[in-house]
Amino acid sequence: MGRTLAEKVWDDHVVRRAEGEPDLLFIDLHLLHEVTSPQAFDGLRQNGRQVRRLDLTIATEDHNTPTLDIDKPIADPVSRVQLETLRKNCADFGVRLHPLGDVEQGVVHVVGPQLGLTQPGMTVVCGDSHTSTHGAFGGLAFGIGTSQVEHVLATQTLPLARPKTMAITVEGELADGVTAKDLILAIIAKIGTGGGQGYVLEYRGSAVEQLSMEARMTICNMSIEAGARAGMIAPDETTFEYLKGRPHAPEGEDWDAAVAYWKTLRTDEDAEFDAEVIIDGATLAPFVTWGTNPGQGAPLSASVPDPASYEDASERLAAEKALEYMGLEAGQPLKSINVDTVFVGSCTNGRIEDLRAAAELIKGRKVADGVRMLVVPGSARVGLQAVSEGLDIVFKDAGAEWRHAGCSMCLGMNPDQLAPGERSASTSNRNFEGRQGKGGRTHLVSPQVAAATAVLGHLASPADLSDADTPAPAGV
Amino acid sequence: MEAFIKHTGRAVPLRRSNVDTDQIIPAHWLKKVTRDGFEDGLFEAWRKDEKFILNQPERKGATVLVAGPDFGTGSSREHAVWALQNYGFKAVISSRFADIFRGNSLKNGLLTVVLEQKTVDALQELTENDPEAEITVDLETREVRAEGITVAFELDENARWRLLNGLDDISITLQNEADIATYEAKRPSYKPRTLKV
Repeated sequence: MGRTLAEKVWDDHVVRRAEGEPDLLFIDLHLLHEVTSPQAFDGLRQNGRQVRRLDLTIATEDHNTPTLDIDKPIADPVSRVQLETLRKNCADFGVRLHPLGDVEQGVVHVVGPQLGLTQPGMTVVCGDSHTSTHGAFGGLAFGIGTSQVEHVLATQTLPLARPKTMAITVEGELADGVTAKDLILAIIAKIGTGGGQGYVLEYRGSAVEQLSMEARMTICNMSIEAGARAGMIAPDETTFEYLKGRPHAPEGEDWDAAVAYWKTLRTDEDAEFDAEVIIDGATLAPFVTWGTNPGQGAPLSASVPDPASYEDASERLAAEKALEYMGLEAGQPLKSINVDTVFVGSCTNGRIEDLRAAAELIKGRKVADGVRMLVVPGSARVGLQAVSEGLDIVFKDAGAEWRHAGCSMCLGMNPDQLAPGERSASTSNRNFEGRQGKGGRTHLVSPQVAAATAVLGHLASPADLSDADTPAPAGV
Repeated sequence: MEAFIKHTGRAVPLRRSNVDTDQIIPAHWLKKVTRDGFEDGLFEAWRKDEKFILNQPERKGATVLVAGPDFGTGSSREHAVWALQNYGFKAVISSRFADIFRGNSLKNGLLTVVLEQKTVDALQELTENDPEAEITVDLETREVRAEGITVAFELDENARWRLLNGLDDISITLQNEADIATYEAKRPSYKPRTLKV
C-alpha cells in the first residue's frame, strides 16, 4: 500500500525504531526564540551538554520585541532580561542569532521560509505551536515544549509517537475576496478545536494547489487551532519557484538533486488516510470568529449564534461564556459589531502578500474615526520590502500606524495590547480570552476583512467597501 | 524528573471545556527565565473572580484537577505545566488533552489521565458535592479510584516506564548516540545549514 506525504517524510527521518518505543526522529531545522528557550539552555548547562548541531539551529527575537523605538533600550525590564538571556545563551553556545535591529530579525515562522531554510521534506521544530506554518513547504513541522527544545539542542532528535493522518480536501475555486484565512477559519469551525488532535493534516485539492506560498503558510499556520500539531501541503512548482535563489536554497547540482527528491513528496494514489474531510471551496465566504476559541466562527454575513441552538451541553456552555466575555448578543449581525483596533500582522498574516492585500484596499481611504490600526510586518525584511513598494506610505496616509517587525499584538507580550473591554479585528490566530491584553476581545479575520473593517469601523468584507469609496473627511 | 507512582489528594473540579494555555498561564508570565514561580499566574484572570473554584477555601491544598474536555489547547508553552505543578497539582484528569500540552506534562511528571467523559462527570460531581473527597491516581495499577468509582486508564508503556522511574529523555536518547551519528553521515548534501561548517 502507498504512503501519505506525512508518512514519507516521517520514514525518511527515523534514526531508530524499536518495539515498544516511540520512533527517534532526526530534526533538520531547529528554530529558537526568547520565550521558550531559556530553561532549555539552563538544562544543558546543568548537565554539561553542548548544542549538537549548531549548523541546524537558528534563533531570532520576536515575542517580546517592541515595535516602536527599537533603537532605544527596552522599557519593560522583564522583557529586556528575557532578550538578554537569549543573547547570552546564543553567544555562550555559538548559536546563530538575529537580534532586534538585525535585517533578518522577525517572527520566527516568517524568518525561516524567507531565508530559504524551510524546504520540502524537512522536519522543522520550534518551541512554538505555530511551527506548523513551515508544513506549507511539504515538511513535517510542529511546535514543541521547552523540555523538547532542550532535547533537540542536545541530540538533534526527538522521540515521537507516529501520528495519524487526515486529508483536508478542498476542491473548487475560492470566490473573489475569499482568502486562505477564510478557508482555514472555515475548516476549524467545521472540525472543531479538537478535531485534529493526534493527526497530521494534509491540505490538498484544486483550491489548495492554486494558492501562493504565503497563503499556504497561513493555512498550515493555524493547523494547531484545529488541534493538529502539524499541517502540510505537497510541494509543487509554486514551492520550487518560491525557494529558488533564496539565501539557503540549494544551488547547482544540489538544487537538481533536491528537486528530484521533492517531486517524490506526494501522497501515493493508493495511500489511505486515517480520516478525511471534504470541503467545497466554491461555497466559502469571508469568515470571522465571534467567540473565544478559533472554532467559534461564522461567515461574516451571518449573525452571532444563539447558544441555545447547540445540542452539545459543553458547547452550549462554552458559547454562553464566550458571548458574555465578548459582550455580544445572540442574533446580532456580525457586521454590526464595531471595533476599536485593527491589527494586521503575525505569523499567520504578516507576510508581504498580506500587507499588499490590506494596502490595496485601504489605499485612498481613511481608517474610521476612533479606530486604531496597527500594521506590523512579520519580519524586518518584509518591512523593507513593503517600504520599497510604498506600502508604509499607503498605510500612514490612511491613518494607520506602521510599526517594526515582531509578534506584537498577536499575544501582547510587548507593549502592543488591547485595553480591558477593547475590541479588535485581528489577522492573528487566537481569539482566546485576554490573548491580546487583559479583558481584550478579539475577532479573527483575513487582512482584506481587517482593511475593510478599519475603514468602516465595524466588521466588514471588502465587498462592503464599494459604498464607502469616498474617504471620510479628516477629523470627523 | 520526579517519578510518579501513585498519588492521592483532594480535587478541584473545573467545569469548562477548551481551557487554553493562555488561560492556564497568561503570556506576560512567560517572560520569566526559570521553571518555578509560576503559581500566582495559574488561571490568573479567572482567579480575580472570588467565586472561581480555586479561590474557595475548601479547595486549598487540592492536588488533582478534574477538567473539562480539550484541556491545554493553544500555545506550546511548557509554562502551563510548570504553573500547575508550582501551584501544587500532581495530576490532571480530562476526557481529552491537547497533544503538545499532554507531551509537556508527561515530560515533567505531571500525570495527565484520559478518562471517558461520563467518568470525568462523575468525578466532578463527587468532588463538587464533597470537597473532602479524595481521588487516587495509581500509575502502577493504571487506575483512578474515588468513592464508588474505580476505573482503568490507558497510558503507553514507554511513557509509563519513564514516569514510574523518573527518567530523563535526553539520557535515554544519548544511549543511542551511535544511531544518530549513522543517520547524520547519510544526510544528503542539499539539506540546508544555518552556519557554514
